[in-house]
Amino acid sequence: MSKKLNISDLKKITPQVRRDIIRMVHGVQSGHPGGSLGCTDFLVTLFFNLMDKKSSFSMDGKNEDIFFLSNGHISPVFYSVLARSGYFNVEELKTFRKIDSRLQGHPATNEGLPGVRIASGSLGQGLSVAIGAAISKKLNNDSSIVYVLLGDGELQEGQIWEALMYAAHNNINNLIITIDYNGQQIDGPVDEINSLKNLQKKFKSFGWNVVESDGNNIDDIIKTINQAKEMLKKKLPVVNIMKTIMGKGVDFMENSHKWHGIPPDDDQLKNALNQLEETLGDY
Amino acid sequence: MKRKEYNFTEKKDTRSGFGDGLLHVGKNNPNVVALCADLTGSLKMNDFKKKFPKRFFQVGIAEANMMGIAAGLTIGGKIPFTGTFANFSTGRVYDQIRQSIAYSNKNVKICASHAGVTLGEDGATHQILEDIGMMKMLPGMTVINPCDYNQTKAATMAIAEYNGPVYLRFGRPKWPIFTRENQKFEIGKAIVFTEGTDVSIFATGHMLWQALEAEKELHKSGISAEVINIHTIKPLDEETILKSINKTKCAVTCEEHNIIGGMGESISRIISENNPCPIKLVGTNDTFGQSGTPYELLEKYNLSPDYIFKSVKKVLKKK
Repeated sequence: MSKKLNISDLKKITPQVRRDIIRMVHGVQSGHPGGSLGCTDFLVTLFFNLMDKKSSFSMDGKNEDIFFLSNGHISPVFYSVLARSGYFNVEELKTFRKIDSRLQGHPATNEGLPGVRIASGSLGQGLSVAIGAAISKKLNNDSSIVYVLLGDGELQEGQIWEALMYAAHNNINNLIITIDYNGQQIDGPVDEINSLKNLQKKFKSFGWNVVESDGNNIDDIIKTINQAKEMLKKKLPVVNIMKTIMGKGVDFMENSHKWHGIPPDDDQLKNALNQLEETLGDY
Repeated sequence: MKRKEYNFTEKKDTRSGFGDGLLHVGKNNPNVVALCADLTGSLKMNDFKKKFPKRFFQVGIAEANMMGIAAGLTIGGKIPFTGTFANFSTGRVYDQIRQSIAYSNKNVKICASHAGVTLGEDGATHQILEDIGMMKMLPGMTVINPCDYNQTKAATMAIAEYNGPVYLRFGRPKWPIFTRENQKFEIGKAIVFTEGTDVSIFATGHMLWQALEAEKELHKSGISAEVINIHTIKPLDEETILKSINKTKCAVTCEEHNIIGGMGESISRIISENNPCPIKLVGTNDTFGQSGTPYELLEKYNLSPDYIFKSVKKVLKKK
């Protein structure tokens, strides 16, 4: 299994991943920086501390924790974390969204990029896939955990609620889902477009155990996910409603849906990189 | 092989061929699992469910979720067979199949019953005539439409051995059994049922029996028809199609599906690119179905042996 990093080491990785995100999106002048920056602390913590995972990739992921990204548009943070975890060379990050790259605009499996187990981008599908993988683990007597990340706007897709019903009804207790609850979607604030209202109550009424966390606080992420793991023993799946700040780490991108899917220009790139320390070396 | 006439002693639904085939692969391969969206009886999955309760998953009326769960089950080495009506196996969940199964190249077997108008009285909401088109357009998807109980059972067993996404289409009505028991099913290999020299008839699914019935009448009027079973619509057996066309120089295609986007168009493409000749497509023509008995509907939508007979006559005149 991969080595687990402590909190101070995790905090060295996060600014580098944020630099990768900004540079990737700037480099091709397309992609989704906002949600990527917001989920950086979570994904770094998941991959470098929380998950019991093997150092080399296998599609079947037997006897190791596995992760699915359902909101595939935050591929920049996913790719950076995968590369920084050693699944592939960080130099490959410069091919993001370019012709013949394994780093497609939204994650894909067909080019065999290590770390990606399902295509995502068309929203609402990742939770069902994660449930399938969790059942597969149970059939294989594999006691490891399946993690999946969903966007909050993504919860407007009906398939999510089909999947939530199924997982609770069938006691899928090797599954932890996390909602990137940043309150923003492309067209504006989630509350203005199609409000999720009382999300905790919704999940509870669907039969799930719920935890809440600050997704931009590494200590809180570790504490909450460990608590969620304990709660799985109650034979139910657990959802982590994780508050994040869209655009976190780059002051002019924070808290605005405007940075959901647009790239920074040259000046904005410079400004953003000045706010983020190059800790591990740029690709 | 020369001319051969086909008869039957028993009728059975092709969906029972699927159910019996599934039970068989369940016994042989512990990785085979099955999912159903509240149609276990209709899909004939009850025996599998009874025998392997831990490998059977009742998903409820939530087909999109079923397709996603099936995709996820492949991760860890399971071979999932999903079961629901053809309409709910395709149109309802096209994007789930496209992204989570086809684009992700997952080893899911999408098993679809009640295809076509022979579903009967339930009417057009349930009689999908567009599913072959949707499924054949997906890169990497194999599309199979077997012709009778025995062939459906054999196809179900064959797709379990094949690694990759498959769409297996079958039907509801009791239908003549005219192929051998315990046959070997070769994905992508068309079968010449009877040899002929004047016209090639390419037929899939239930329509193969209709074509064989038409052939009997054609023979009586001195026309030698070669009847070829295209059980695998994708990948198409181009070699067998062209070999026959090179001999007969004209073709009729038969399918219980819209001619727009169906098997006939795929065959037309092969023929027009390689050896253009007169061709007539028998199938429904840009229409929804309606309620009625299977045989009334086959008659109404020009899917009868008589209509195939007339289509052959027409195409022969264009030679």
